[in-house]
Amino acid sequence: MAHASAFDQAREIARRSVVSTMRRPAQIVPALIFPMFLVAINASGLDAATKLPGFPTDSYLTFALAVPFIQSGIFSLLNAGTDLARDIETGFMDRMALTPISRAALIAGELGGVIVQGVLFGTIYLVVGVAAGSGFGAGAAAVPLLILLAGSIALALGCVGMFVAARVGDSEVMQSTFPLFFMFMFFSSMAIPRPMIEKDWFRTIATINPVSYLIEGIRGLFIGPLDWGSLAIAFGVCAALTAIFLTGAARALGARLGR
Amino acid sequence: MNGVDDRTGQVRPVGRTSAGIGRVSGPARFLQSARILAWRNVHNFFTNPALLLPAILFPLFFFTAFAGGLSRVQHVPGFNYPNGYTTFQFGFVLVQAAAFGGVFAGFSIARDFESGFSRRVMLATPHRSSMILGYSVAAMVRAVVVVTLLFVVGLASGMNVSSGPADLVLIVLLAMAMNMLAVLFASGIAFRFRTIQAGPLMQTPMFMALFLTPVYVPYELLSGWVKTVAGVNPLTKVVEASRYLLAGMTDEVAIAFGLCLVVGLVLFGWSLSGLRNAERSGG
Repeated sequence: MAHASAFDQAREIARRSVVSTMRRPAQIVPALIFPMFLVAINASGLDAATKLPGFPTDSYLTFALAVPFIQSGIFSLLNAGTDLARDIETGFMDRMALTPISRAALIAGELGGVIVQGVLFGTIYLVVGVAAGSGFGAGAAAVPLLILLAGSIALALGCVGMFVAARVGDSEVMQSTFPLFFMFMFFSSMAIPRPMIEKDWFRTIATINPVSYLIEGIRGLFIGPLDWGSLAIAFGVCAALTAIFLTGAARALGARLGR
Repeated sequence: MNGVDDRTGQVRPVGRTSAGIGRVSGPARFLQSARILAWRNVHNFFTNPALLLPAILFPLFFFTAFAGGLSRVQHVPGFNYPNGYTTFQFGFVLVQAAAFGGVFAGFSIARDFESGFSRRVMLATPHRSSMILGYSVAAMVRAVVVVTLLFVVGLASGMNVSSGPADLVLIVLLAMAMNMLAVLFASGIAFRFRTIQAGPLMQTPMFMALFLTPVYVPYELLSGWVKTVAGVNPLTKVVEASRYLLAGMTDEVAIAFGLCLVVGLVLFGWSLSGLRNAERSGG
């Protein structure tokens, strides 16, 4: 690997990350099942909300299908962070530090499993959602955009997880951050469109919460018609989160490995 | 405290008194070992922020998120709860907090088995069913604290309560009954698996059972399969009774307590058989 390019290095680490993710059903299954269970409950439990004047669709399932993408992203965040923390704990990162592999390639490679999971789950949510009666208002041509956005969200949230893991270096602490990240989802526009949130303080939090824009980007595709504006904002938020937290993770990991 | 060293978790024979072993009657020893276990758990809960904070913050978080984010739902045609959406959600979160207090007791049991503490308790305690009582009392004390804090926050955030003193007592009793059901369920799992890795087996079914009730809207406004499941879910009556009591009404309250009693008896059998399972395996 000494003469391999950064791309080759990242590809090798990514392969390890993907294989390790796929070999752990206990990590994958809850991330797949739990969000679908919750959306199924909410679709029935909150269907009455579609009768509110100004609600953008008459199917709460269509409205709520964006949420599993974020929940799955949060699981990706935790899995990516836990994997990195475990690699730090077990000394894998220290062994990597003795090789000429670049830090950026190391982190990018670790995120490989996260991206694969995001794309795979996004596809499953779309298929299951449409089979259960949800619409996809943006049309079939927009499906690649949805999958791309699902992968971008998984990558962005995975970078957040990597950053936290590189800072704390402890898989147990990483797992205990779950409620914190879940909170970001609950204090967003996940249940009601942002302009329809009645309490001012909650609407303010939802407006400054980047998760709202990720949800609205995906939701726009399901409800339709294709809204380039909300889609561009969602991709922009993903890019910003990825840039900020990937840089932070690289620095934190560098400091930890003493390189 | 007599009996258990909180730092090391070491147990002295619970029947020992200043007068010596053998002077304490059977029922007294049963109660003494339950009291010691309860005290230890309560002490651990209040002195360990990692246990205390999630137990307090999770219910507050759910209450704030649901009541704040979904209040527009009260304008849906057919939403007829008289005391507003904050109170409506408080009725659910109260039950949820009590239930999760019970699930956390299951975590404590599992952790005590993992650390070897429970094995020593089983060696030292002649009436091992006192373990169920001890952990249940501790869970109730924890639940009372969390429920009280929830009430304070709810009232401070403008919750409209029409309950009289008797209704308030019934609300607390209902929360304690829910807490007891959750303890019995979770302890049955904990006694059988004896590892904290069984945590999801305690938490996930309880989470699912709670969310298969009318969480966001009254039962009449539910639709689809959730309405069918909520119709046969005994926790639906508990959540509804909690909401009625907050509005000063006693509809469904007798049914809710009756269901708690029946389900409680079944879960007591589940917990006790789990304990016997742990005894057979030697703790």
